[in-house]
Amino acid sequence: MTTNKIYVFKRFERFWHWSQAMLIIFMLITGFEVHGSYPLFGFAKAVDLHTLSAWTLIGLWVFAIFWHFTTGEWKQYIPTTEKMIAMIRFYSVGIFKGAPHPFRPTTLKKHNPLQRLAYLGVLLLIGPLLWLSGWFYLFYADWQAWGVDNVLSLEWVALFHTAGAFMMLAFLIAHVYLTTTGHTPTSHIRAMLTGWEEVD
Amino acid sequence: MLSGRKTSLSALASCAMLVAMTAFSAPAPSLAMSAATPQTVTDTRQKSASTADHSKFKELDKPFRTGPEVTEACLICHTEAAKQVQHTKHWTWESVDPKTGQKRGKKNIINNYCTSTVSNEKDCMACHAGYGWKDSSFDFTIEKNVDCLVCHDTTATYRKLPGDAGHPVYERREFPPKSGKFVDPADLKKVAQSIGKPSRSNCGSCHFFGAGANGAKHGDLDSSLQHPGKYLDVHMDEKGLNFACTTCHATSSHQVSGSRYNMAAAAKGPAHIRGNPDSSPAACQSCHGNKPHPQQMAKLNQHTAKIACQTCHIPEYARNDIGTELSWDWSKATRMGEDGKPFVRKDSAGRRAFDSKKGAWVWDSYVIPEYRWFNGVSTYKVIGDKIDPSKTVQINEVGGSPDDPDSRIWPTKVHRGKQPYDTVNNTLTVQHTGGEDDTALWHNYDWQKAIGAGMKAANLPYSGKFDFVSTELTWPITHMVAPKEDALSCAQCHSKDGRLKDIRGVYMPSRDANNLLDRAGWALALLTLIGVLIHGGIRILTSKKEG
Ligand code: HEM
Repeated sequence: MTTNKIYVFKRFERFWHWSQAMLIIFMLITGFEVHGSYPLFGFAKAVDLHTLSAWTLIGLWVFAIFWHFTTGEWKQYIPTTEKMIAMIRFYSVGIFKGAPHPFRPTTLKKHNPLQRLAYLGVLLLIGPLLWLSGWFYLFYADWQAWGVDNVLSLEWVALFHTAGAFMMLAFLIAHVYLTTTGHTPTSHIRAMLTGWEEVD
Repeated sequence: MLSGRKTSLSALASCAMLVAMTAFSAPAPSLAMSAATPQTVTDTRQKSASTADHSKFKELDKPFRTGPEVTEACLICHTEAAKQVQHTKHWTWESVDPKTGQKRGKKNIINNYCTSTVSNEKDCMACHAGYGWKDSSFDFTIEKNVDCLVCHDTTATYRKLPGDAGHPVYERREFPPKSGKFVDPADLKKVAQSIGKPSRSNCGSCHFFGAGANGAKHGDLDSSLQHPGKYLDVHMDEKGLNFACTTCHATSSHQVSGSRYNMAAAAKGPAHIRGNPDSSPAACQSCHGNKPHPQQMAKLNQHTAKIACQTCHIPEYARNDIGTELSWDWSKATRMGEDGKPFVRKDSAGRRAFDSKKGAWVWDSYVIPEYRWFNGVSTYKVIGDKIDPSKTVQINEVGGSPDDPDSRIWPTKVHRGKQPYDTVNNTLTVQHTGGEDDTALWHNYDWQKAIGAGMKAANLPYSGKFDFVSTELTWPITHMVAPKEDALSCAQCHSKDGRLKDIRGVYMPSRDANNLLDRAGWALALLTLIGVLIHGGIRILTSKKEG
C-alpha cells in the first residue's frame, strides 16, 4: 500500500472551515446559555458574544458564498448517487474489516457522496434555519416596521432557531467523529489543516 | 434616614389621607417642610428667576386673618387663577376616565388606605387645595375658597391640620393631641409676601404623607425626596439635576400633567421634551425618547416595545428606612389592649404597626415591585359598586394585556388589605372615621355606628350587617429612578425564577423554552454521540483483532 498525497483544500477553504468551526462551536456554547441551559458567561455577556459571533459568521458566509460562486466550488455540493451505496456499505460494514475507502477525493471532487449530502443539508437546511430565525430574532424590534409582527411570534422564531441549533449540535458530533474515518484517523484533519490529503 | 422612622405616627387622630398633619408632626425638623431654608437650591433659583417681588405689593402689605382673605388678595392681580384651579383635580377631587366615562378621584372612589373621604371631609380636606369642604354642601364655585398658599408657600410655616376642613392653623394648638407638641399659626402676611413656585416640599406636604404616614401610600414618594441624593433619584438629586416635581409634571393653567388616573403607559417616538400636545410631558420618553440607549446597546432599545422604562430603572422602591406600607387590615381595628383601652404599637423600624382606631399595618423598605401589563388605564371601585366577597376585591384594576400595543410591563406597588363591606348589599361600606362625634370610629370604636353614619352620608343603603373582605390596590411605580448602574441586569428577568416569572404573553430567552423541543433536541444529540461511540468502539475492537 503506497501513500499518496493530493492537494484538496485551498487556503481560503481551510480558513473558512476553521473559523466557521470555531464560530459555530462558540455559538452553540453561547446560544445554549442564552437558551437557559447552563450558566457560563452570564446571560448578558452570552447575548453579546452570541450576537457578535452571529455578525462575524454572517460576514464570513458572505465571503464564502462569493468565493464558492466565483471559483465554481459550489459544484462540490451537488448531490450525486454515484458510489452512494458503496459509501453506506463502507461505513456500516467495510470500515470494520479494514476495507479500502471506496471514495478517492480529488481536487475536483473533494467530498464523498454522503458528505455532499450532509453538507448540503447543513448549507440548505440547518444554516438557513439558523440564519433566518436568528435574523428575525436579532431584528425583533423592527417587525412592526417590516409588517411581519402579526405573522411572527418570538416564541416560534426561537423555537426554529433552537431546533436549528440542536441539529447543528448533532451534525457537529457526527462530523467530528467522521473525520477519523480517513486513511488514518488523522488524515482528514491534517488535510483540512495543510490542504494535503493522504490517500491510499 | 433615622428621622424618617420617627415620622411614623402613632396617634393619628384622623383620616389618613391627611397629609399635612404628618408632615408637620414630624419630630425631625430637618425633614419637615424645610423648603424655605436658604440653602435649598430650588428656592434660590426660583426667587431669582421671578420678575415680581411680592413683598413690594401693597395688596399684600396688610394683616390677613384667614386663608380666603389671602386668596382674595391674590385674585386682585391673578384674575384667572382661581378659575383655573377650580378645573383641576386638586380642587374637584374628581377625574373622569376618558374611555369609560367612569368618575374616579378621591371624591368618588374607595381606596385601600383610609377608604373613603365621604363623611370624613373635615379631616381629609386638610389636603384639599381649598378652604371649608366639610361636607357634601361645599360650594365648588366660590373663588376665594381656593387655597393658593399650600402650593406656593415658601416659608414652611403654613400648615393645615385634620379637623379644620382645609383651613390652615389659626390658633396655637397641641398636635397630635396629647403629644406635648404645639403648632403655631403662620404669619399669613409673611407667607403671602414670600410666595414662590411649588417646590418638592410643597407637593410633598400632601403627596409624601398620603394615608396618614410618611411614605405609607405610594412607596416611591416620601419625605426623603425633599433632599434626595443621586442613589435615591437621579432626577431630583439635590446636588445634581435637582428637579422639582413640576420639572416633569409640567403645568399649564394650573393643570398638573401626568396623573396616575390617566397615565401615558407606552409613550412612543423620539424625545419631544415639551410642546407635543398629544403626549404627557411627565412620561420618561418626553425627554429620553423611546430609544434612549446608545447604539451599542441596541438590544435594550428593543425592550421598549414591551417594557416600561421604570421596570428596569426602578429596581426597588421605598429605597430608604422610611419604607412604605404593604397592607392595612381594618378588621383588627377596635381591638383594645389587655386593660380594655385603645393602644398603639410600632414595628422595629418605628413605623405604625397597630392602632386600635385603624387596625394593623405591615411595612417594608427596599421593596421589589410586582409586575403587570399596563396600558395606563385603571378602573376603580367607586362608592356603591357591587363586589364579589368570595374573591379578593380589586380596589382598582390596571388595564392592559400582552396583545395590546399600548401596554407595557410596569412595576407596581400592590397594597393588600381588609375592609368592611355590607354582607347583604355586597358593597364596600363608607365609614365615618374621623371626628369628635358619637358615631366617629376613632372616637367611639363602634363599627356599626361608624358604618351607619358613613353610608347615610354617602346616600347608600346599609343592611346593618357587615364583615371584612380582602382587598388589593395596584399602583404603577414611577418615581425614585435609580442611577443607571443600579438598573436591573438582564439575568434578573432572563432566568427561570426571575422578576418577570409571572408575566404571560412574552417569550423571554432563558426563562422560556419549549420542553418538547428541548427533550427531542438533547435526545438527538445524545443518540448521535452514542451512535458514533458505538461505531468507533467497534472500529477499535475490529482493528485490534486484525492487528
Ligand atoms: C451555529 C449557529 C447558531 C447556533 C448554534 C445558535 C444557537 C442559539 C441558541 C440555542 C439560542 C437560544 C434560543 C432561545 O432559547 O431562545 C440562540 C439565540 C439567539 N441567536 Fe443564535 N445560533 C446560531 C446562529 C445565529 C445567527 C446566524 C444569528 C443571527 C443572524 C443568531 C441570532 C441569535 C439571537 C438574536 C438570539 C437571541 C439572543 C437574545 O436573547 O437576544 N444566531 N442562538
